[in-house]
Amino acid sequence: MLDQTEGYVTEDGRKIGGVVMEMKNITLRFGGVVAIKDISFDIRQGEIRAIIGPNGAGKSSMLNVISGFYVPQEGQVLFNGKPRPQMRPYEVAQQGIARTFQNIALFEGMSVLDNIMTGRLNKMSSSIFSQAIWRGKAEREEVENREKAERIIDFLEIQHIRKTPVSRLPYGLKKRVELARALVAEPNLLLLDEPMAGMNVEEKEDMSRFILDVNDEFGTTIALIEHDMGVVMDLSDRVVVMDYGKKIGDGTPSEIRNNQAVIDAYLGVAHD
Amino acid sequence: MPEQLIYAMEVFLNGLMAGVLYALVALGFVLIFKASGIFNYAQGVMALFSALTLVGIMDGQVPFSHIINAVFGTEIHHFGWHVPALLAILLTMAVMVLFAWLVQRYIFKHLVGQEPIILFMATIGLAYFLEGVGDLMWGSEIKKLDVGLPQGINLPIETFTDGIFGYGFFIGNLDLVATAIAILLVAALVIFSQYSKEGRAMRAVADDHQAALSVGVSLNFIWIMVWSVAGFVALVAGIMWGTNSGVQFSLSLIALKALPVLMLGGFTSIPGAIVGGLIIGVGEKLFEFAIGPMVGGATENWFAYVLALIFLVFRPQGLFGEKIIERV
Repeated sequence: MLDQTEGYVTEDGRKIGGVVMEMKNITLRFGGVVAIKDISFDIRQGEIRAIIGPNGAGKSSMLNVISGFYVPQEGQVLFNGKPRPQMRPYEVAQQGIARTFQNIALFEGMSVLDNIMTGRLNKMSSSIFSQAIWRGKAEREEVENREKAERIIDFLEIQHIRKTPVSRLPYGLKKRVELARALVAEPNLLLLDEPMAGMNVEEKEDMSRFILDVNDEFGTTIALIEHDMGVVMDLSDRVVVMDYGKKIGDGTPSEIRNNQAVIDAYLGVAHD
Repeated sequence: MPEQLIYAMEVFLNGLMAGVLYALVALGFVLIFKASGIFNYAQGVMALFSALTLVGIMDGQVPFSHIINAVFGTEIHHFGWHVPALLAILLTMAVMVLFAWLVQRYIFKHLVGQEPIILFMATIGLAYFLEGVGDLMWGSEIKKLDVGLPQGINLPIETFTDGIFGYGFFIGNLDLVATAIAILLVAALVIFSQYSKEGRAMRAVADDHQAALSVGVSLNFIWIMVWSVAGFVALVAGIMWGTNSGVQFSLSLIALKALPVLMLGGFTSIPGAIVGGLIIGVGEKLFEFAIGPMVGGATENWFAYVLALIFLVFRPQGLFGEKIIERV
């Protein structure tokens, strides 16, 4: 059993801290359809936490509950140990939870740089008057935000497309820009909804490398949803497995690999 | 220089000035349409309402005095004070912000995600409602609006052109002021939307709601802000038209002239609204000047719409609008 406060050490020797986000008995219904049924799990400081499961298992719904897009009918979300009141998505974002989307939600009309700069909106606190005369706080903030943005751009190797309108980019790069926009907000928790969906092998390898580097370099806590089992097993420290809205497994990749319920869910089981 | 050409130049200049006023109304449409996808039919009525409120506040009129007097049998009409123009403008702006909040809170908050046609219908309802409220609050008689803007003919221009062409151009002072204010307003709006935090958030909301939420932008706040800015633009337009021809209910009809302006310029482009306004303004004046006498005049009533119709056939997205490409 994991200790509530102490954390643990991963197989590759990284120290994982205490619980950042805890989902307690979450149930989410859409009318008569139960998307998530009484699920509990936690996300710890500095770890890469994966949520996997077959199509329609409720993974994206779970991510949407964490980021405030869906409101569960039952259960509790604890953030940094405190129960989180019902929040709107933008309030959740302001708390330092950044996310990407399964079907990419970028500002198509803006350049890559402008898109990434929107990730800093929450870090701007100068008044409209200070911004108008472009002195003091406003100027300092803008310079700082720009530096942060450039650092992320370097980090994700997208310097060459900085000024390109997002609508002209290929799919793989769009995914990377979306990750950059989420990263530049310096999130406490980064939620990635299928970061590698629809990518070819090479792009997947790039993205995996970036996710590992982000976790390594910035110590960002990451929760991600992914279909590709190979990728998930390589990337993540702990895995939650969902099927038909229920949790059927939770543990390290090697534990999950040997979990009979998980194997049945993925490969099917004979009904007699 | 031939006399006809000199007259044409004067007509051209006057057309530019008229176009600026069209552009001001069109600008209000574009702001709201870009940020929320709502085609705000009530923009013209907002201009009327803000002008009515401004006059009412300046003259110290008691709002809803007709109802109050009818219910309580009193005879109050005026508070008996006069509010200076600048203060009255600020107060009117506060009313427009309150209006923006009310519209968002009680109408569009409940219509998020609805079809564009439903949102459009809601604004038609809003337009009639606001016109009625304006009537009830401030009465329906034509009011004179004077916030201290210069009026009459501009003499320097007249003497200058008289010296060159031997014919003095007839350019109104108010038109010049309106042009200057419109230029300032557009510059301020562009700077605001490009460089300020709120402007960036506004562009983000205009582009993608979901993405805007995920970077921590409150849609509700941005929509209230956009309606407030549109209210401000309406106020500016209301002051210009009101000073020019008195505050009267026909003011709301200028909204209809903004439609061809938008079709020309494109519904999503701020520069488009300006250029479209100028083209319509100049076009209808020159057309009236050149062709009008041949067809018995009054071409100004229909020229803009015919031009818009031609644009709809050949370039439906307008000069600056986004081309809509459906991928199949």
